[in-house]
This record gives sequence, structure tokens and C-alpha cells, in this order.
Amino acid sequence: MSSERADNHIIGYGTLTAVWVALLVLTALTVWVSRHTPGIGHVWGSLAIAAAKGGLVIAFFMHMRYEGRLLRWLLFLALVTLVIFIGLTFFDVLYR
Amino acid sequence: MEPTDLTPPPAGSFWNDTGRSGITSWIFSTDHKRIGLLYFYSVFGFFLVGVLLGLLIRIELMAPGRTIMGPQAYNALFTVHGVVMVFLFIIPGFQGSFGNLVMPIQIGARDVAFPRLNLFSWWLYMAGAVIILTSLFTGGGPPDTGWTFYVPFSERTGTNVSLAVFGVFIVGFSSIITGVNFVTTIHRLRAEGMTWGRLPLFVWSLYATAWVQILATPILGITLVLIMAERILGTGLFDPSRGGDPLMYQHLFWIYSHPAVYIMILPAMGVISDIIPVFARKPIFGYRMIVFSSLAIAAAGSLVWGHHMFTSGMSDIAILVFSFLTFIVAIPSAIKVFNWVSTLYRGSISLEAPMLFALSFILLFSIGGLTGLILGAAATDIHVHDTHFVVGHFHYVIFGGSGFAFFGAMHYWLPKFYGRRYAEKPAVIAWALMFVGFNILYFSMMVLGLKGMPRRYYDYLPEFAPLNLTSTIGSWILAAGLVLLLVNLFRGLRHGERVGSNPWGGATLEWSIPTPPPTENFAEEPVVTHGPYDFRGAGIP
Repeated sequence: MSSERADNHIIGYGTLTAVWVALLVLTALTVWVSRHTPGIGHVWGSLAIAAAKGGLVIAFFMHMRYEGRLLRWLLFLALVTLVIFIGLTFFDVLYR
Repeated sequence: MEPTDLTPPPAGSFWNDTGRSGITSWIFSTDHKRIGLLYFYSVFGFFLVGVLLGLLIRIELMAPGRTIMGPQAYNALFTVHGVVMVFLFIIPGFQGSFGNLVMPIQIGARDVAFPRLNLFSWWLYMAGAVIILTSLFTGGGPPDTGWTFYVPFSERTGTNVSLAVFGVFIVGFSSIITGVNFVTTIHRLRAEGMTWGRLPLFVWSLYATAWVQILATPILGITLVLIMAERILGTGLFDPSRGGDPLMYQHLFWIYSHPAVYIMILPAMGVISDIIPVFARKPIFGYRMIVFSSLAIAAAGSLVWGHHMFTSGMSDIAILVFSFLTFIVAIPSAIKVFNWVSTLYRGSISLEAPMLFALSFILLFSIGGLTGLILGAAATDIHVHDTHFVVGHFHYVIFGGSGFAFFGAMHYWLPKFYGRRYAEKPAVIAWALMFVGFNILYFSMMVLGLKGMPRRYYDYLPEFAPLNLTSTIGSWILAAGLVLLLVNLFRGLRHGERVGSNPWGGATLEWSIPTPPPTENFAEEPVVTHGPYDFRGAGIP
């Protein structure tokens, strides 16, 4: 079963460290974007970087990269729902 | 009825076969049936508290001016009535009680996927409930905001809102855990031959509901934490003078609380889909479409929260979009109603208590659903928003729908777990009283709303007095029916006639095992060879 596959998979220290460094770099990038991107651009930039960071955490720290298709689909469903919730809420704010 | 035989349940049933004794055999049990009964008595106890509060509200509104309480007590009463009924009864009601009792058996499993987590969810529920009840007697007294905790009032009122929302926050965790447990159980623990196309429709409805619980409840949790942050830390998130947005609160609250309506109603629809074929002696009409409609209601129902905010100052384009999406939910709801009616067509209908509650569900839910379209259309909503019309509509859906389905489920499934049944005639009289009382109570409210009476008002103009009196009299008839139902049902479960393994002639798996069910449900794992409503395949005449 897919859960057994995830249990048995051990991620090496090298990969984990690389992901951690990538997260730190992306955090620094968020600060840079907030100061150097004009207008509403910094909001979209920050959201994009946050999504990338979340993706790394889910893929490596939460082992989703090594899970079966079913669990990936279920997570995808949850993320799509979240995007729709945020999107419809922004829809009101943008046109108010 | 034969009110005599008091011999204990047979050895090996879940009533006897435990390692513990007394109260610990219940509150520390990981058996899904015992947890189901724990949930049942907990939620039903809170339901009775809610009923009592509702009756007091109706007595206060019986005549203009002060009747039995002052305005502050009235505000607290309708708030606590809403919080108790919504968060402590109807949201956890079906999943916790009948979901736990029946679902694992219906899929051919010995228990849920995570039995300890299941027990933990009940403990969390009880902890949250105790905190909510504590909020009534401590601090600044019971919250007076309405069950929606709208800002800015919920930030500023001196009543004990912080503790109450913390209690609801804890109850929310319980709901998420149950959702995770049920999704995992339905995916992983189905018996051999129990394909997705053979799942009973009650299980499908629990599955769709569980997803809503998992995806939407965390947003309620966040929202409630933000109220606490506002009250305790003064963060200004919803305060326009500090760059906040009060409408953001309404978005966050309704992103959860509208799908929560489907947490309340979807399992009820599942109950009705299981009861109707059994008492019409016909396979369900349009099994696949009912499954599709459950999933479609769960999905589309999660996108319509904005229809609670048409008069709040939301953008016109958002109003248009949310109004359109609201109408889409009507399609899968109508599919269900048409399929139930088609199942009844040319059936051999037996009008026993579960069926009567199921039939009244169809009528009352349809009235609730159609009046919901009046509220979902932005143009008409502006006229009836925040009037008694909304209160009437909501109760038609949630009490007339979910509540009556809950009573139907009590009559349908509890005899299976107690091994005894109620007397039929008093049950039918109780149903008739409740049906009549219900319509007098809530139809009057809808007419009052159309005439312009606002909701949550302590006092009203003399022209509204006759219908308010009528509504209150309806509440007494409803309460009389409820008392008769309770006395008859619980007396029957204790002293009533013994029932066999399949008293109704159902084809789902719970009717294939002994009554009351053994601790691990099945002596050996069943192999499923027929559909849930294939009476001929199950060898039932």
C-alpha cells in the first residue's frame, strides 16, 4: 500500500538540508519582493513564493513525493478547495 | 405490545462483551457502537436543552412587550439556543451517533479505521460542550451575539464570547477527526465485494459529509481564533479604522457555516435514501444519480456562502456570482427528491413510523429548499433578509429535514442495537402531533417574515401578535409530540417487544447480523454479492 511505501522511504540528510536552504532563500526572496515590487505585485509575488515553499514542505518534509496517486489526489482536492475559497473571497474585495 | 421480557441481551452482544464494567466500559470504549451510543445520548441531551430554550423564546414572543424575560436574557437565550442546536446537536448528530453505530457494519468492517481517535473525538466534543456551557455562568454571562458571532458586536460585547468561541473551536476539532476517520474507513475497510457501486447511500452521504468536515471546519477554527485575537489582543483585523475589514469576518464565518448546513442535511438525506426503499419494498430509483447528487451538493454547496451577505455591502458582481451558484445547488437537491418520489411510485408502501418521518422529510425539506431559492435570489432576499422568513426557512430545512430524519433514524436503527422495539400506534400519534405542530410553528414564522417582522427582535408591533401567538401554540403541539415520541421510544427500547435480526426486511449488511450486534459485528468477514437495495439478491421477500 502507498502508506507502507511512505513509511519505508527514508530521505537523506543531503536532500533535507537542500530543501531547508531553499526555504531560507525563498524567505529572503519574500522580504526582497515586498520591498522592491511596486503596487499590488508584491502581494501576488509573496503568494507565489509562499505556494512554492508550501509545495516543498509537502513534497519532502511530509513525504508526499513518495506517496501513491490516491493520497496525492486527495491533497490536490484540498488545495484546490482552498484556492477556490480564497479566490471567491478576493473576487468580492477586488470588485467592491 | 408485550411489555414484559426483561432478560438481558444475549451473551456476545456488544452490550455484554467488554473488558470493563460500569461507566468506564462506555467512556473508555473504542467499540464504534458504544461510541455511537455515547454520541447519541450526548447530542440528544443537548437537543433537549435546545428545545427547552426554543420553547422559552416562543413563550417570550407570544405577546408584544415583556412576557417572561427581559431583552438581555432574550438575546442570550436565542444565542445559546443557536449555538447548542447547531454546534452541539445537529453538526455532530448524524456522523457521531448513527454514522458510528451503522456505517462500519454497513461496509462490512469490524470497526472504524482509527478506533482510539474515534473515542478521542467524543472526548473533544464533550470538552468543547463543557466549555460552552461554562461560558453561560462565568465572566460577563452568556454570549448575546447570535450563533454567528458577527463582528464588530462580538468584539465589543462584555458577555462571555471568548470562552464560548473557544468551546466551539474544540468541538470543531472533534468534527475534523471524525471526518478523517470516516474517509479513511470507507476507503480502506470495505469488505470483499463491497464495491463503491454497492455502498449504501447512507455511507455515501457520510463520505461526502466527511470531506466537507475536513475541508471547511479548519476555516471555522481560524475564524474563531481571530475573534479571540480581536477581543484579547485588539489586533484590528476586522476594524476599518485600523485597516481591517468587517466583511472579511462574514466571508470567513460563512465559508464554513454554509457548508455546515450540508454537514447537517447530507447524512439526513442518506437516512431517507436507506429508509424509503425498505418501506416501499422497491430498489432505490437512480442509485448513481443520488450518489452523484450527494457529491455535487457537497462540492457546489461549498461555493455559495456569499448568499448570506447580499445586504452586507458585498460587491454587486460577487452578489451575482454567489446568487447564480446558489441556484446550482438546487439541481442535485431536486435530483434526490425526484428519485425518492420515483422510488415510491408503485411501491408496496408500509406507513410505519420511520417511513412517516421519511415522507414528511421530503415535504418539509422541499418547502425549506424552495424558500431557500427566494433567499438565494438577490432581488427577493433584500426584502426578506433578517426577517422571520429566514428563521422559518432555516427550521424547515434543518428541523423539518435533518431533525425529522434523525427521528426516523431513531425509530429505524435503535431497535437493532437494543434488540427491542417501540409501540407502533403511539409512535404514529407522536409523528402526527410533531408534523402538525411543526408546520403551525414555522409556517407562521415565514408569513410573519413576509409581513416584515425582523428576526432577533425582542418586541414587535401589535399587528404581528396573532401570528406570533399561533406560532407559540404550534411549539407546544410540537413539544407534546416530542414528549410522546421519547416516552414511547425509550420505554420500548427497554421493555418493548423483542425484535429479530431484520425487523424491517432491509437488504443492507446491518440487517444480516444478530440483534443486538456482536462486539466485532461479524463472526467472519462478509463477502458482499448484491447491492444495498437488491432485496431479491438478499433473499428477502
